[in-house]
Amino acid sequence: MTTGDREKSFYETQGRHTGILSWVLSTDHKRIGILYLTAMFSFFFVAVILGVLMRLELIAPGRTIMSATTYNAIFTVHGVIMIFLFIIPGIPSGLGNFLLPLLIGARDVAFPRINLMSWWFYITGAIVILVSLFTGGGPPDTGWTFYVPYSIKTGTNVTLAVFGVFLLGISSTLTGINFVTTIHRLRAPGMKWFRMPLFVWSLYATGWVQILATPVLGLTLLLLMSERLFGFGLFDPAKGGDPLLFEHLFWIYSHPAVYIMILPAMGAVTEIIPVFARRTIFGYKAIAFSSLAIASAGYLVWGHHMFTSGMSDIARMVFSFLTFIVAIPSGIKVFNWVASLYKGSIELVSPLLFTISFIFLFSIGGLTGLVNGALATNIFVHGTYFIVAHFHYTMFGGTAFAFFAALHYWFPKITGRMYREALAKRAWVILFTGFNVLYFPMFILGLEGMPRRYYDYLPRFQTGHFISTIGSWILATGLAIMFYNLIRSIFKGEAAGSNPWGGTTLEWTTSSPPPRENFKEIPVVTGGPYRFGKD
Amino acid sequence: MNDNNKSITGYRIYFIVWICLLILTATTVAISNLKLGKYGALISLFIASIKASLILLFFMHLKYEGFLIKAMLLLTIMTIAIIVGLTFSDVWYRH
Ligand code: HEM
Ligand SMILES: [Cu+2]
Repeated sequence: MTTGDREKSFYETQGRHTGILSWVLSTDHKRIGILYLTAMFSFFFVAVILGVLMRLELIAPGRTIMSATTYNAIFTVHGVIMIFLFIIPGIPSGLGNFLLPLLIGARDVAFPRINLMSWWFYITGAIVILVSLFTGGGPPDTGWTFYVPYSIKTGTNVTLAVFGVFLLGISSTLTGINFVTTIHRLRAPGMKWFRMPLFVWSLYATGWVQILATPVLGLTLLLLMSERLFGFGLFDPAKGGDPLLFEHLFWIYSHPAVYIMILPAMGAVTEIIPVFARRTIFGYKAIAFSSLAIASAGYLVWGHHMFTSGMSDIARMVFSFLTFIVAIPSGIKVFNWVASLYKGSIELVSPLLFTISFIFLFSIGGLTGLVNGALATNIFVHGTYFIVAHFHYTMFGGTAFAFFAALHYWFPKITGRMYREALAKRAWVILFTGFNVLYFPMFILGLEGMPRRYYDYLPRFQTGHFISTIGSWILATGLAIMFYNLIRSIFKGEAAGSNPWGGTTLEWTTSSPPPRENFKEIPVVTGGPYRFGKD
Repeated sequence: MNDNNKSITGYRIYFIVWICLLILTATTVAISNLKLGKYGALISLFIASIKASLILLFFMHLKYEGFLIKAMLLLTIMTIAIIVGLTFSDVWYRH
């Protein structure tokens, strides 16, 4: 292909501004997606380093490299960054922004300016959090959950950090509104609801969770800030308040938030599986509806974080029962993915390797969630390393692995270039090994009674902690190789062509990287999203 | 937004709704003095929902919107109702 008959890509179309401004003031969903990806992975990098430092502290009992107070600050900042700056914006704001209009045959999202605004809220929130670490009483040490009464009493800079998270919440809500509207209004002619790629369905369900749940976070954080500033006593029993009210409010958002994290991840792997199994997805409607089911049932289970907090027994039983219900739609998805692979002509390239390991790790994370969700076992594992293992398996092994899968899968579309496949596979092997060496011992440590959020431990826990720390080094090596491969290939990779994987969804019908307005002509859709020869 | 119906609401209606809101607020305050314990919370929530509905319907013009917008709003309200309801499964039965 010569440059002559090729349309100019969005990288070459600058718009009204030049240089860095052509990015940070762009309303092009593709540029905004890349802005998000760049920012998110920079924060991710910082939080990984914090994680590795924590593991180093824990390699031996007693003080190793940091004091207890530093450790408290580090696990808080690690958690806040990973949750609010990396995994929640994660797939929707980064890849979703880039891909949603391409997947439904639109020229942009419904509100391009609000889209840019949401990125600015995100960056401002991030800067506020950053400032909170170095001003006032120093970095918050409450854990990412900001539980009262400690978060009201501590002298650290909780107020400012919480305000930063508040801004991030606004950003997330705006993205949700934008995506829901876009999916309702801007689908290409002929793209009926059941012809949408399943990634779009998952973004739709996610959008609703972002709209309905995030305001509760905003409210909760505002109440916390006013408690700190004015001492209203909402959460203080001495003044007639209720400390459990904070936990309720916090988890009313934060449990649905785990579906903001995982639903788009599930959607992304649902795009990848049919392409590399060369057959249509098994159970399209079941997968689409299970996204909606997960999103709605996700509102009903927050109490499972509070089983040992002194809730009423009735509430404990209700929430435990409902928690088990959520496992059903997640199970439906897992079975449909596996069924889609069955008898496919499978091509085991890096996006699929990440996808399959996602299914494996997420299943471990999900099934151990049932251990947490049952009242009797919850009392045993609550507040232990079992929980730390569980949520790293779901969020990291689940969401982040799916994110990596999607990053490899859509890399040629986003950059127009190909990464080195052999190196990607090698990175995957190291990453997958490191992950399990790092986190699996934590399940055992937890069952043996090792509490979370401690910088020290009894000597009998040492073997597990030692293995886990070795795992953190392996994992970090894998991450380094993966990012080296991707970043290097942005500049030096071979040209990829518009459809290197033989995908059948709309984003593969336009050039790589796509032109400013995505399609020369808006495509007309005549059938379902996954059409491969055999079916 | 439905352009045909733009000027249906006059100040009169707004005024009546406003008076209703004031009366309901007064009722909430009055009831809080009766010391009904946990039932007081239920009644206040009930009155608050009526007030919110009035505001949505008239001040925010929901009454004149199309089906989709109404359905979406209903979804929001149902979500809140369920969340509050589930919270009560704790508060109501706590010792
Ligand atoms: C190299 C990667 C990582 C390492 C080495 C690591 C390590 C750790 C360690 C040691 C803790 C503290 C456990 C404790 O003392 O209770 C922790 C907590 C946590 N991690 Fe990670 N982690 C990594 C990646 C991630 C990722 C990818 C996520 C989310 C997407 C994540 C989310 C969290 C959260 C939410 C906490 C809880 C913080 C708190 O207790 O407030 N981590 N991690
Ligand atoms: Cu939860």
